[in-house]
Amino acid sequence: MTEKFDAVVVGAGPAGATAALVLAQAGLKVALVERGETPGAKNMSGGALYYSEVLHKLVPDFWHEAPVERYITRHTTTFLTPTASLSLDFKDTDFGHPPYNGFTLLRAKFDRWYAQKAQQAGALLIPETVVDDLLWADGKVVGIKTRRDEGELYADVVIVADGANSLLAEKARLRDKTSPADFAVAAKELLALPRRTIEERFNLSPDEGVASEFVGSCTEGIQGGAFLYTNKASISIGIVANLNRLRESKLSIAELLDSFKEHPVLKELLKGATIKEYSGHLIPEGGLKAMPRLYGDGIILVGDAAGLVYSTGLVLEGMNFAIASGFAAAEAAKKARQAGDFSKKSLAYYETLLNGSFVLQDLKNFRRTPGLLAKSRLYELYPALACGTAHRLFRVDGQPRKRWLALVKDEMRGRISLLQAVKDIIKAWRALL
Amino acid sequence: MIIEDKLRQTRFSVDEVPHIRVNSEVCQDCADKPCLYVCPVQNYTLKDGEVTFIWHSCVECGACRIACLKGAIDWSYPRGGFGVCLRYG
Repeated sequence: MTEKFDAVVVGAGPAGATAALVLAQAGLKVALVERGETPGAKNMSGGALYYSEVLHKLVPDFWHEAPVERYITRHTTTFLTPTASLSLDFKDTDFGHPPYNGFTLLRAKFDRWYAQKAQQAGALLIPETVVDDLLWADGKVVGIKTRRDEGELYADVVIVADGANSLLAEKARLRDKTSPADFAVAAKELLALPRRTIEERFNLSPDEGVASEFVGSCTEGIQGGAFLYTNKASISIGIVANLNRLRESKLSIAELLDSFKEHPVLKELLKGATIKEYSGHLIPEGGLKAMPRLYGDGIILVGDAAGLVYSTGLVLEGMNFAIASGFAAAEAAKKARQAGDFSKKSLAYYETLLNGSFVLQDLKNFRRTPGLLAKSRLYELYPALACGTAHRLFRVDGQPRKRWLALVKDEMRGRISLLQAVKDIIKAWRALL
Repeated sequence: MIIEDKLRQTRFSVDEVPHIRVNSEVCQDCADKPCLYVCPVQNYTLKDGEVTFIWHSCVECGACRIACLKGAIDWSYPRGGFGVCLRYG
């Protein structure tokens, strides 16, 4: 198996498959190494793929052939307390036309399809193969060491797409130290429900889908949240929580998911649903400051391995960032090949491309959001204040009514000072507006 | 719902050789024991005050590897093709 490739890509998720596809299209000899039985077998996400210019270019009208579930026309963001919920519920049927704003999908199916595109373009898929280490020569990465007999593969450039828990980013010394503060873990259930039932319960037309995020009591007030996405005949539901916060609060991610499903708002929506799969995954949520160095001599990091995930609380995006970074990595590798130079200096073009695209611009523009989202009041106090105020606004109890500002003040009393609230608003303003 | 029931429909191809090893002696001096809380399948449990670990139902997320600051966990991915095999993801 000692063979030389132009490029070796480790991991056949959306970032790796994109890189392999683009390089194969350019006529390069590419190996796409995947540890799962098939691409996608190890991959899980909440389940939304938002608009990706690169994917549209690579596979025009991809939704006709790709195994997508529903196009997303409805978004909800909900504050939860143990008994109440207060939602921002946005629906626009405009999102229901090509090229579509986003799709719900299931990764085992989608990633498998997408990796096939790379194969069809000429990339060699090597499945069921774990990559344990990199091969070095003169301080440069020159290949990979797989856990197979004589499993060394040489390449001009190694594109690392091995996911959030990237052991290779560490082996490459591109990531110094992983801090639990910069990672969240997700637990997810895939629940089967009949198509029609889903459309009735979630107010959807056939093929329309909803993406829902929840904050508040679903994580018992710790940093994180819950999600719910509708698929064709199933629902993806899960909890995301920061690793440090789970440790401090001694809350189990698995148990948080169980209690979320018992919340009165969720319980009716999930009635009669049966579990088809249970899974877990890591999310790099540290943003720009937690990002590893993106490239080195003969090596490029893409997707989750590079920490390219975007979250403002309203939406969670990763797949579109993965695809865009895989594309940029392939372009940088192509240029390096033309120059015959795969050094760090040459591969710096990768970062130039990311800087010019939404990938790093979004992460830079919203560089303060990870800090904002780390504030505990966002998960504990504010959902309670919002639901409490709404309760007072709607409650009719035969007593004389207070004016609205007085209601809010009542709700805040003893829980947060006006000054602190204003400070928080300024912080949110600076992070988002 | 207990984890075993949740996992009944999840496909695994279990390798006889564990891909993760835990040095539970190190765990004795660990006050926090984050592994107990971050593992989605609760593979880490306390038995008579000692951390015990099973690998068969590991979903390979790596949360324990990053959460453990004591270096008690020797973590690697299962052999190619083994481990969890998601049908939906």
